[in-house]
Amino acid sequence: MSLLTRHLLLALLALAAVVTLSVVVDPFTNVRIATVGYYLVAVAGLTLLTGTNGQISLGHGAFMFIGAYTVALLVIHVPAFPFWLDLLLAALAAGLAGALTGAAAARLHGPYLAGATLALAVGLPAVTQRFPDALGGSNGLAFIVHSLPAGLDVPETRWQAWVVWAAALLALVLLANVTRGRFGRMLRAVRDDEISAALAGVHIGRTKILAFLLSATCGGLAGGLQAFLLGTAAPGSFTLALSLSLLAAMVLGGVGSLWGAFWGALALVYVQAGAEELTHGLDLGTDVAQHLPLAVFGVVLIVVVLVLPRGIHGTVARLVTTSRKKEHHEKSP
Amino acid sequence: MRRVRSVVIFAVALLLTSCAGAGESTGGETGAGADAAPGVTDDSVVIGTHQPLTGPAAPGYSRISVAAKAMYDYINDNGGINGRRIDYRVEDDGYNPTRTVEVVKKLVLQDEVFAVVGGLGTPTHSKVVRYLNQQGVPDLLVSSGASQWDDPENSPMTFGFQVDYEREGKIQGKYIRDHLGGRKVGLMYQNDDVGRDAQAGLDRFIKADVVSRQGYDPANTDVLPQLSALKDSGAEVVVCSCVPAFTALTILTAARLGYRPRFVVSSIGADPVTLTGLLRDFARRGGAEVSAAALLDGLIGTGYLPDVASDDPWVALFRQVHDRYIPNEPFTNTVAFGLAQAYTFAQALKLAGRDLTRGKLVDALESGKITGPGVTPFAFSAGSHAGYTGAFVFQVNPDTTTRQLQGPMVTDRGSGAVRPAPAHRSTPADIALVGT
Repeated sequence: MSLLTRHLLLALLALAAVVTLSVVVDPFTNVRIATVGYYLVAVAGLTLLTGTNGQISLGHGAFMFIGAYTVALLVIHVPAFPFWLDLLLAALAAGLAGALTGAAAARLHGPYLAGATLALAVGLPAVTQRFPDALGGSNGLAFIVHSLPAGLDVPETRWQAWVVWAAALLALVLLANVTRGRFGRMLRAVRDDEISAALAGVHIGRTKILAFLLSATCGGLAGGLQAFLLGTAAPGSFTLALSLSLLAAMVLGGVGSLWGAFWGALALVYVQAGAEELTHGLDLGTDVAQHLPLAVFGVVLIVVVLVLPRGIHGTVARLVTTSRKKEHHEKSP
Repeated sequence: MRRVRSVVIFAVALLLTSCAGAGESTGGETGAGADAAPGVTDDSVVIGTHQPLTGPAAPGYSRISVAAKAMYDYINDNGGINGRRIDYRVEDDGYNPTRTVEVVKKLVLQDEVFAVVGGLGTPTHSKVVRYLNQQGVPDLLVSSGASQWDDPENSPMTFGFQVDYEREGKIQGKYIRDHLGGRKVGLMYQNDDVGRDAQAGLDRFIKADVVSRQGYDPANTDVLPQLSALKDSGAEVVVCSCVPAFTALTILTAARLGYRPRFVVSSIGADPVTLTGLLRDFARRGGAEVSAAALLDGLIGTGYLPDVASDDPWVALFRQVHDRYIPNEPFTNTVAFGLAQAYTFAQALKLAGRDLTRGKLVDALESGKITGPGVTPFAFSAGSHAGYTGAFVFQVNPDTTTRQLQGPMVTDRGSGAVRPAPAHRSTPADIALVGT
């Protein structure tokens, strides 16, 4: 069985699981499931860039911003396009922006790269202020996405969860294939030692730019899916905190693995929601309540990094390997 | 290989033809009927709201839902409305539109609220108006003065509350023309609906006197360029269509430049108690001590709810509820806002009757019988969903109390005249909301 077939089969299984889950839970939990889905794409893209290629980005929220506004503008100005085409174009637009960023980023290292991408996250949403008529200023854009096929009688949020997860899994299959193949080895070679990679014939700049392109494409798709799900694109949603949360989710889940991206996205949605509920339940002052959810997320992150330095996935993977070895050991004395 | 390709082409063609465009309306959008009454039981009714309990708008505004909760507690302790307790669910959206959509979906789908009441903010609430109308959920008394809530044809479930920025702009414009006539006027405004609507109103009276127009972006707290331009233009009166934080920044920056124009501030940013706190706070962060009272002395503002320092019968009721349920909160105009809004909703709920449906609640508001605590009547009718129709003009005294300069005036959003509001106002005793 080829790698692609295997990944596709796994993705289909996962989609079947999501569909089953979406049928048994209530409509609002479907919104949460879909939220995990789009964060998963964004974190997976980031993990490819940072975990596999060794470049850091503090600005992935900016690519989500591009994706969300692309979908918003297409829905409003080109209503005849079907939603999946909008999503595709959102991913492409962000990919293009990613390639441009990558071209600049390929020359930068460490803190300089972090600074450049940080500027992107802070600066890009301000574009809406420059073009208030086209982009809605600080109010952003509101729209309704019609996607439910005629004749399909399911609650809308359930259908949206299916679409988000189908798109997310498709992106994951692509990423899984890329990282396992020749290009994946090139990415890792560049991460581990640029000079030896160059000596082995890897084009460093091109590889780095491609990594950024792929990663930004995922970010754009995630933003597009968010706009598709919520029917809104506004600068207030793409703050620096979003970019940093994505990075934190990646570390929490386990850098460099797609499973890690899944755990990270799950934590991003549910730890945050849980912390907020806790905060409001405690009836604290505004100044404390403002920052407690982020602080809780931070504490969870610190604990995970201290106790499970390879993230959630690294630990799960090691447990699985150990138990398998044990079994193997017992079977063949 | 050929076969594979033709299958692919066929599949793509199928996809292209089978899906309607994402932006095309498929018709039949309005969901639930007027007879629906989710969230209503024999002895309770569930309502929800989205508020900035955290985030950039939280200072000041996070107290509104605390006050509303106190009013609902007062009503519930006095037997509720038509035998039902009001179960008030507050969701925090952090003033982030994405989270507004999420929490409103939570309220509608999970909590199954009967109505959304007082959703706060223009950038936030504008993202859920279509959803709420599509779902047939009453979307009442929005906490924002944008004129977009008044659109009965497209948003039959949405009702405003505050006086809208355009009506307020007209009243300010007329006051300036009548009492500060001939002086050069500068405009400082938030670069969104607030500024656009306020200027439309002001320009009906003082367009020729305006010498400079300066917009600010709420994400950028440096207003020095705007104030320098206003100073250079020689404006003697500066109209500030700003939220509280930016009113304070404008006043402080002007003081730094040694520029002392007469400020005229919109109701959203003119609460002296809130401003005093913000001025002290901002100045301390900049390493200076200021006398907020000296900076605010003479400031002219507009308002549509009775001032908490006045001896209005409504203020007496508000103070009673405040002292009993939230005695530790400072008694500000912002707290009065939350109390007044909750009272207005309860009044509509009572009018809708014991046999409650969503349609009846909307009818109750459109009946025009809601008189509420404000100083002017509401515009509510079948043809208009705008809130308060006017405002009074006040000036801040040297001790940060206020005195009225001009009694309540009402007007419309068009070319209609600005005229005095009806003298008669219902008192809490007239309405007799609870008990008997």
